Amino acid sequence: MADTCFLGQGFSTLVGLLLLPFGSLAASQIEDQAEQFFRSGHTNNWAVLVCTSRFWFNYRHVANTLSVYRSVKRLGIPDSHIVLMLADDMACNPRNPKPATVFSHKNMELNVYGDDVEVDYRSYEVTVENFLRVLTGRIPSSTPRSKRLLSDDRSNILIYMTGHGGNGFLKFQDSEEITNIELADAFEQMWQKRRYNELLFIIDTCQGASMYERFYSPNIMALASSQVGEDSLSHQPDPAIGVHLMDRYTFYVLEFLEEINPASQTNMNDLFQVCPKSLCVSTPGHRTDLFQRDPKNVLITDFFGSVRKVEITTETISLQPDSGIMESRQPNRKMTKGNAVWKRRLMSSDHSSIFLKGKWKLKQ
Amino acid sequence: MGLLSDPVRRRALARLVLRLNAPLCVLSYVAGIAWFLALAFPPLTQRTYMSENAMGSTMVEEQFAGGERARSFARDFAAHRRKSGALPVAWLERTMRSVGLEVYTQSFSRKLPFPDETHERYMVSGINVYGILRAPRAASTESLVLTVPCGPESPNSQAVGLMLALAAHFRGHIYWAKDIIFLVTEHDLLGSEAWLEAYHDVNVTGMQSSPLQGRAGAIQAAVALELSSDVVTSLDVAVEGLNGQLPNLDLLNLFQTFCQKGGLLCTLQGKLQLQDWTSADGPLQGVQTLLLMALQQASGHPHGAHGLFLRYRVEALTLRGVNSFRQYKYDLVAVGKALEGMFRKLNHLLERLHQSFFFYLLPALSRFVSIGLYMPAAGFLLLVLGLKALELWVQLHEAGVGPEEAAGTPGSSPPLPATQRVGLASLVAPLLISQAVGLALYVLPVLGQHVAAQHFPVAEAEAVVLTLLAVYAAGLALPHSTHWVLSTQAPDRSWMALKLVALIYLALQLACITLTNFSLGFLLAATMVPGAALTKPSRPRPLRAALLVLTSPAAALLGGLFLWQRLQEAPLSLAEGWRLFLAVLAQGVLAHHTYGALLFPLLALGLFPCWLLFWNVLFWKC
Repeated sequence: MADTCFLGQGFSTLVGLLLLPFGSLAASQIEDQAEQFFRSGHTNNWAVLVCTSRFWFNYRHVANTLSVYRSVKRLGIPDSHIVLMLADDMACNPRNPKPATVFSHKNMELNVYGDDVEVDYRSYEVTVENFLRVLTGRIPSSTPRSKRLLSDDRSNILIYMTGHGGNGFLKFQDSEEITNIELADAFEQMWQKRRYNELLFIIDTCQGASMYERFYSPNIMALASSQVGEDSLSHQPDPAIGVHLMDRYTFYVLEFLEEINPASQTNMNDLFQVCPKSLCVSTPGHRTDLFQRDPKNVLITDFFGSVRKVEITTETISLQPDSGIMESRQPNRKMTKGNAVWKRRLMSSDHSSIFLKGKWKLKQ
Repeated sequence: MGLLSDPVRRRALARLVLRLNAPLCVLSYVAGIAWFLALAFPPLTQRTYMSENAMGSTMVEEQFAGGERARSFARDFAAHRRKSGALPVAWLERTMRSVGLEVYTQSFSRKLPFPDETHERYMVSGINVYGILRAPRAASTESLVLTVPCGPESPNSQAVGLMLALAAHFRGHIYWAKDIIFLVTEHDLLGSEAWLEAYHDVNVTGMQSSPLQGRAGAIQAAVALELSSDVVTSLDVAVEGLNGQLPNLDLLNLFQTFCQKGGLLCTLQGKLQLQDWTSADGPLQGVQTLLLMALQQASGHPHGAHGLFLRYRVEALTLRGVNSFRQYKYDLVAVGKALEGMFRKLNHLLERLHQSFFFYLLPALSRFVSIGLYMPAAGFLLLVLGLKALELWVQLHEAGVGPEEAAGTPGSSPPLPATQRVGLASLVAPLLISQAVGLALYVLPVLGQHVAAQHFPVAEAEAVVLTLLAVYAAGLALPHSTHWVLSTQAPDRSWMALKLVALIYLALQLACITLTNFSLGFLLAATMVPGAALTKPSRPRPLRAALLVLTSPAAALLGGLFLWQRLQEAPLSLAEGWRLFLAVLAQGVLAHHTYGALLFPLLALGLFPCWLLFWNVLFWKC
């Protein structure tokens, strides 16, 4: 018995010695794979969806916003990470023949209001001031958590705006406007406060392209439904309800998003092709010069979904702690834990920010 | 020196004015008339379009299918009405309640100033019935009205039936954001006026109406319906209201878009609409429609219940069903669908209709002329008066300056002050006397009707009309009486001062009238301006007198009547025309007392005295 054990031990060490070069090769592959999980650079997703119109005849703007809200929720961004600003006077409007519903398709196929919509800023709270405070984070301390954009430097934020606009401005609820310069300055404040990693800005209004003309902060990609001098048109006229239900651009974007699931590899170039002039009548535009990555490498789910990647592996990955930060904070913290536990935490993109922020740095 | 203060230049200017005056006046007058007639032609007329964003397009699904129910309601109504002779109030209350409305009644009574021979009524009393459909989920802050005026000679049973069927249909829907009032009035417009006064808590016409028990908020829009047959071949729309007020053009655009959507044949002023405006046919018919609308608007009569709503700034229209000999007929369902669509779209309104025009003219149902484009026509006509006044002013000053120069010595007192002094006296007397005659024309007919009826074998209504004519004719005999008042040394030139004052007075009056009621101002200007401009006390007096009589307000009225009948393709003979004229006079006085129409006081107190001044000028002793 003893000689077989001795033979087994020697045999296994020989195999181990032979596999060592392969092992080191495999270890570097795992590390490459680990790097790939973070190639987009973001670890959490937020969405700020704003409908700037009120009144019954602007039904379609509310339906636009709620459609995007629905898609974004379906693809994984939870309500706690969505700031929804709506006038919300459609579902319970006395003129609504189907109370408590907001439809986005003719013949009442799709009720985008549903029964789990959470509107954060409703009715007269949708103002330019509140919108800018949400973006920049300068919010009074009494504001509830659901009304805050608690993003950090690893957040990818989707900002969708719809309503009535013109050349260089967007009208908020018939009483005030936000200009493209104010918006660009707000985004710059966000950049300086490290409140986003990358930003996707989509706007569906008349002359929408004028709103992204003035952006100057890095890592912003913008899409608009029409160029300066063009109007964005409405779609889906519904005689039973008596109003138009959607705008063209958002309608086709919604159809495009319905085919995206959390595992989709569709990239931004496909989104740029949505709604050509033949369908939209206006010419959609986009702006990518401020964006670092190539749009064909940017997945739709980088912005519209909150994708949690989990991969189980038996390999170990060594993490190099950042010594400077480690000495200044919590020197008693346990530095070694079960590797599997650490790996799971690393891969889970949502919560990794809390653990990695400022303390750990991956060996890049 | 300035242009006007340098005497040499001033005289040159004066001579220029005097020389060019006559051709300019003629040119201006012709330009005014031509501009008005050209209003029906393309560059000046535009296609109508919906201005109110909240109303949008005709994107509604009409589901009304209560044609059979409407007809049965109509039959019941007609039967009950025949039985009771007046409005069947109990039946209406019961039916409205069964349909699901909140029902209220209102009684009213009025003693007319003199018996109305056209409608055969004198002491009028009646009961209005109305039902309110409350908006299911909104506060009752705003409302819409569907009204059917019922009178002894216009039963409107099918309109009542359709209204009740629509009420039943509307009750089944939950998308109403405004209350809807379904109103049935007795004695036509008298009932409507009583209801409106009680609703708005005012008393402008002396009607005794009981206060309303049920109210529904500010009225945003109203539609009056008149249907007396089960099938119609066309729907005629009337927009002109009391004193020439018009509803917001968007309401008419709304009606017209639903006509197009439902394929209904809709007419304006009873004329079919030509679609082809590229050739000359469309515009030529447009001129006829335009003239008809101008005549209707000038009369200041409310041409339907809608005319009374306009006073309270409630946009309103009257729809009349016409059953002629055409092949294709529409039943009540088609009319009901158009009304349902209109009310559904009016429901979407957030504010009162204000985006579109309030002052316009309509050469066709889908074409309009806005105020900015039609005002120059009246401007040109009034320019004639201004030019004539300028000419007289210059002449008067030349007359004043002339003797001064002839005298030569600057120290001697010029005869100018004396001329002016006597001129003032000779001005004031005719003014006062003409105004007194005008006052008599306004007050005497109604006041003196009983006295006249006692002494002459005529009825009260006839007495009123005959007194009117008598006072008018008495005014013509005035110049003789005026001269008794004045001293005999009225110098030659003072008729010019009187004519100057009269011209300015006429111009001011016509300008003020044109601002609020363009058609009245324009038509009066078109008839009175030539007479006023050409009057002077020169030799061929009978000819000038005849011209002046032809251009007097009464003659304008008579001429307008004949023109209206001619345009309606029912021309009158002279005798018929005269009888119609007398009836119109009585109606005019009555409309003033019962609804507050302003044509009668304007003509009696304003234009007739002004015209009498010209008559005085004509018969000046010189």
